[in-house]
Amino acid sequence: MSLETHIARKNLAIHPKERRIILKHADRPDYDASIDCYLRNGGYDQQKKAFSMKPEEICQEVLDAGVRGRGGAGFPAGMKWKFLDRKSGKPIYLICNADESEPGTFKDRQIIHKDPHQLIEGMMISAFAIQAAQAFIYIREEMPYGAKILEEAIEEARAKNLLGDNILGSGYSCDLVVHRGAAAYICGEETGLIESLEGKRAYPRIKPPYFPAALGLYMCPTIVNNVETLCNVKHIIEMGGHAYAEIGKPGNTGTRIWSLSGHVRKPGYYELENGVHTYGDLINEFGGGLRDGRQLQAVIPGGSSAKVWRAGERFKGKLRSGEEFDWAIEDVPLDFDGPMAAGSMSGSGAVVVIDDSVDIVEVLANINAFYAHESCGQCTPCREGSLWMKKITTRMANGGAREEDTALLASIGDQIAGRTICAHGEACAWPTQSFVAKFQDKFLDKAKQDPEQLSKRDFRMV
Amino acid sequence: MSTMSDDNKQDTVTIYVDDQPVEVPAGINLVEAVAVAGKEVPHYCYHPKLSVVGNCRMCLVEMGTPGRDRATGEPMLDEEGNPKIMWVPKPVIGCATNVSPGMHVKTESSLVKDCREGVMEFLLVNHPLDCPICDQAGECRLQEFATDYGRGYSRFVEQKNVKPKRTRIGPRVTLDDERCILCSRCIRFCEEVADDPVLGFIDRGSYTTLTTFPGKELDNNYSLNTVDICPVGALTSTDFRFKMRVWFLKETPSIDTESSVGCNTVVGSREGTIYRITPRRNDAVNDTWMPDSGRTLYRQVDADDRMTQYSIEGRPCAAEEALTLASTYLRNGRSAIVASGRLSVEEQYLLTRIASHAPGETPAWLVARHAEGDGKLLSADRNPNVRGALVTGLIDRIPEAQLSQLSAALESGKVENLIVVGEDITQAGISIDQIKKANVVYIGAVHCDTAQYAKVEIPLLTVFEKAGSFINQQFRVQKFAQAVPGPKGVLFGLSNFTQLLAAVSDGKDRIEPSPAAVWTEMAAAIDEFKELSFSAIPSTGQLIPADRFADLPFVEGKSLHFEPRTAVADA
Ligand SMILES: Cc1cc2nc3c(=O)[nH]c(=O)nc-3n(C[C@H](O)[C@H](O)[C@H](O)COP(=O)(O)O)c2cc1C
Ligand code: SF4
Ligand code: SF4
Ligand code: SF4
Ligand code: FES
Repeated sequence: MSLETHIARKNLAIHPKERRIILKHADRPDYDASIDCYLRNGGYDQQKKAFSMKPEEICQEVLDAGVRGRGGAGFPAGMKWKFLDRKSGKPIYLICNADESEPGTFKDRQIIHKDPHQLIEGMMISAFAIQAAQAFIYIREEMPYGAKILEEAIEEARAKNLLGDNILGSGYSCDLVVHRGAAAYICGEETGLIESLEGKRAYPRIKPPYFPAALGLYMCPTIVNNVETLCNVKHIIEMGGHAYAEIGKPGNTGTRIWSLSGHVRKPGYYELENGVHTYGDLINEFGGGLRDGRQLQAVIPGGSSAKVWRAGERFKGKLRSGEEFDWAIEDVPLDFDGPMAAGSMSGSGAVVVIDDSVDIVEVLANINAFYAHESCGQCTPCREGSLWMKKITTRMANGGAREEDTALLASIGDQIAGRTICAHGEACAWPTQSFVAKFQDKFLDKAKQDPEQLSKRDFRMV
Repeated sequence: MSTMSDDNKQDTVTIYVDDQPVEVPAGINLVEAVAVAGKEVPHYCYHPKLSVVGNCRMCLVEMGTPGRDRATGEPMLDEEGNPKIMWVPKPVIGCATNVSPGMHVKTESSLVKDCREGVMEFLLVNHPLDCPICDQAGECRLQEFATDYGRGYSRFVEQKNVKPKRTRIGPRVTLDDERCILCSRCIRFCEEVADDPVLGFIDRGSYTTLTTFPGKELDNNYSLNTVDICPVGALTSTDFRFKMRVWFLKETPSIDTESSVGCNTVVGSREGTIYRITPRRNDAVNDTWMPDSGRTLYRQVDADDRMTQYSIEGRPCAAEEALTLASTYLRNGRSAIVASGRLSVEEQYLLTRIASHAPGETPAWLVARHAEGDGKLLSADRNPNVRGALVTGLIDRIPEAQLSQLSAALESGKVENLIVVGEDITQAGISIDQIKKANVVYIGAVHCDTAQYAKVEIPLLTVFEKAGSFINQQFRVQKFAQAVPGPKGVLFGLSNFTQLLAAVSDGKDRIEPSPAAVWTEMAAAIDEFKELSFSAIPSTGQLIPADRFADLPFVEGKSLHFEPRTAVADA
């Protein structure tokens, strides 16, 4: 099979309201992954500019830009860099998290496949800013072509002395290597990733004491950032931190690439200015709305681990600014704080739209199957709870539902969230907690449905 | 680690456990600190001698620290002027949380209770509950904590996971994966203590399964420690498997006699039969570990070559008769003694005392027993009590493996009577002809060539059948107690020695045949034992001055808690 058939296809119909910064070139028909193409389009100019700055100045720009992590937690990148333990005297490492495995997320691979040099440039600027001794791209095992593309791009960049020894005569040296992941969701959790990169099972570490900024890779200070986050650094240098912060809304700066999937007419990725659009815009305007004759049933706003929203529900409260809000799903601002105010999260920016053609218990059963399969098995609540929840929801979907299952599921979720080593605990508990809370009627109803009929459906898990 | 200067470094801090102030050593974690307060933080994966991984989540507690004003850095106070406690919003694991001054811990709140109930329920959903046939039953943390912290009923109606039930993972260890709670203690032990990383998990999530690496076995000499630290019945000792319910076992503190390390042990016996030997914690000697090789030593009690009969020239006789003849030898002519580094301090002392009543010089030797040390709990000196012989004055030099001096003395007739205690001197350079030439009295636990050609045979008790003490490589006096009665007909305790002493001294030198009585004598006679008594020796041993022996070239390498003074390499 040719490489071409496996790399992400170009999206030639870019919506006019998109604000493409990261994906500015990626989908241009005349744009390819080579360094020549990248250089023709102003590539590596920002690296040159950055290398003429002081590392602290770059860090300050990133802090001023207010750019929040695009990998899931949305933590400000500049702040994370500030926490780096620089006193230890140990080498500092930079790791790009390209494990992209939260179900529904397919944005990082667009960058990797179509514009790999942008990531390399963003990484080398970041590496210089934090004075990293070595940089890594930890790429998901299931993206072998992405790894190949990145490796080739790194060789091209090395040939031009954009990385490696004495980069551009600056006296600063930093190599960049691609590391293929271990094909598990948990490899995306930063401390699991670090363990995996060290050649061990991706068992997330306890925090405290193992905060990567102090005790990361090989127990040295380490920064882990998402692909999209690191690409943003290049644009921050280009625009200046304050100018970058003008894009989007305060605390929600820049653009975000949303991965829209599920029951919409035009699933795909959309790079949008933060806070300018709503979930309604994304689903109906960019995504082309639901299929004919279908009603919205639910939206998962930030990857499968995010708490679900039920169609028709309203979110009321007060924003940090003091402003009161009363939103339907469609009104929730498409940024970091919007979904959070609405009781969920933007996570990895993966929006899953669910219409009324599917059984919501089966949706949860499917999600639970994923998390039970992906729990690393290290800590008791997540390990046992995730599989137990899967067993229950599978049984319910197959006609064995009991009335008490709904409350039991909720209680299992409560026994997991907040009590585990890593956020996979929340990732596996939140779907169950939110599905049974919001669709309680449908879960209770399952117990009343004819088991004969249900068991004929033969619902099986992935 | 704290960066405070030495001047204001605090050795203890005050924390509040469920509002009660407790002073605890600085730097310890909450599992240990709460124990100081006399309460329990239940835990599975935490082990004081292994790295902390925090995977079982059984030790979740609520924790808060005194707040400080962000702007001023001043301590924040509540309405009553007490420090305002900033509670961490989520429960924290006690095993990975170190104490800090003023820290508050809740170990009994409803959240903590709920956390424990949750973890217990989770641990049990896929657990086989083999208790009626499980070796761990009775000393199982899962049972204990289910009773103490569990809900007492199950909400689980699904199929349980199925895993391998009886896997031989090494020559001495059998694994039941269904019972494994995946705490990783055994894996960490192999990596961190045994330096033999052969265990690991395969598969993920609840299907995670403990196994050995491909082509590897758990066959190092410390493998059975994994059985000890396994909080459940997943790792079982193949030797002990299905032999005895643990609650029937009488537990007797003892000492491993394999080498000069002197690992502290517990002997488990029932009705006079020993079923297992396990380590006893001593942080200054063996931590919580012991070698596998020391665990089967109880077999000497019922060994095929065990000697249990007093006899004269091969003819069974009464104990008195044998001891009287031995004393007759000793009182006439030139005598010598070959003693053992496996005898207790008390026995060694009584031998010096016996020798003092024999006419003329009575030289004594110990037979050296050297092998390569493993740097852990087996030292190069495979005698547990060479130092006892030195301190009691039985010998004054380091033992040698070949008794060439004695051989010459026997050959020339300079030694006419020879008392051999606990050694087969035919293995130490003495020929059978030489044995035949002298009046040899053999006091020993096993039949051997020396016994065969000795005039008098006197059976000796094993370490399990008597009480006493050894002095280990650190010059630490360590006590052991009697676990089982000796063989029928063999004089109890130190009686062989005290009766021989009485006989050689014409009944003038009498000591009760108990370690306590011998210690009273020794405390008066030996500087190092001054003011010591048998009962005063703590269960973790008592260091005695070693200066008198500082220049002796002990054959020792490094072991877990011992650095040789002069770097004499392992033999
Ligand atoms: C179970 C789990 C899976 C994760 N998977 C990913 C992932 O695939 N990619 C990613 O960038 N971050 C992932 N994260 C988030 C990372 O732990 C980390 O927060 C992120 O890489 C930091 O980068 P950022 O600050 O640039 O977002 C995951 C987190 C958890 C708890
Ligand atoms: S929460 Fe789940 S994934 Fe994370 S360490 Fe625990 S078992 Fe592993
Ligand atoms: S490990 Fe404990 S709870 Fe499990 S079967 Fe054995 S005794 Fe019972
Ligand atoms: S076998 Fe025992 S010690 Fe090892 S991981 Fe399982 S429960 Fe823990
Ligand atoms: S003892 Fe297992 S998590 Fe603390």
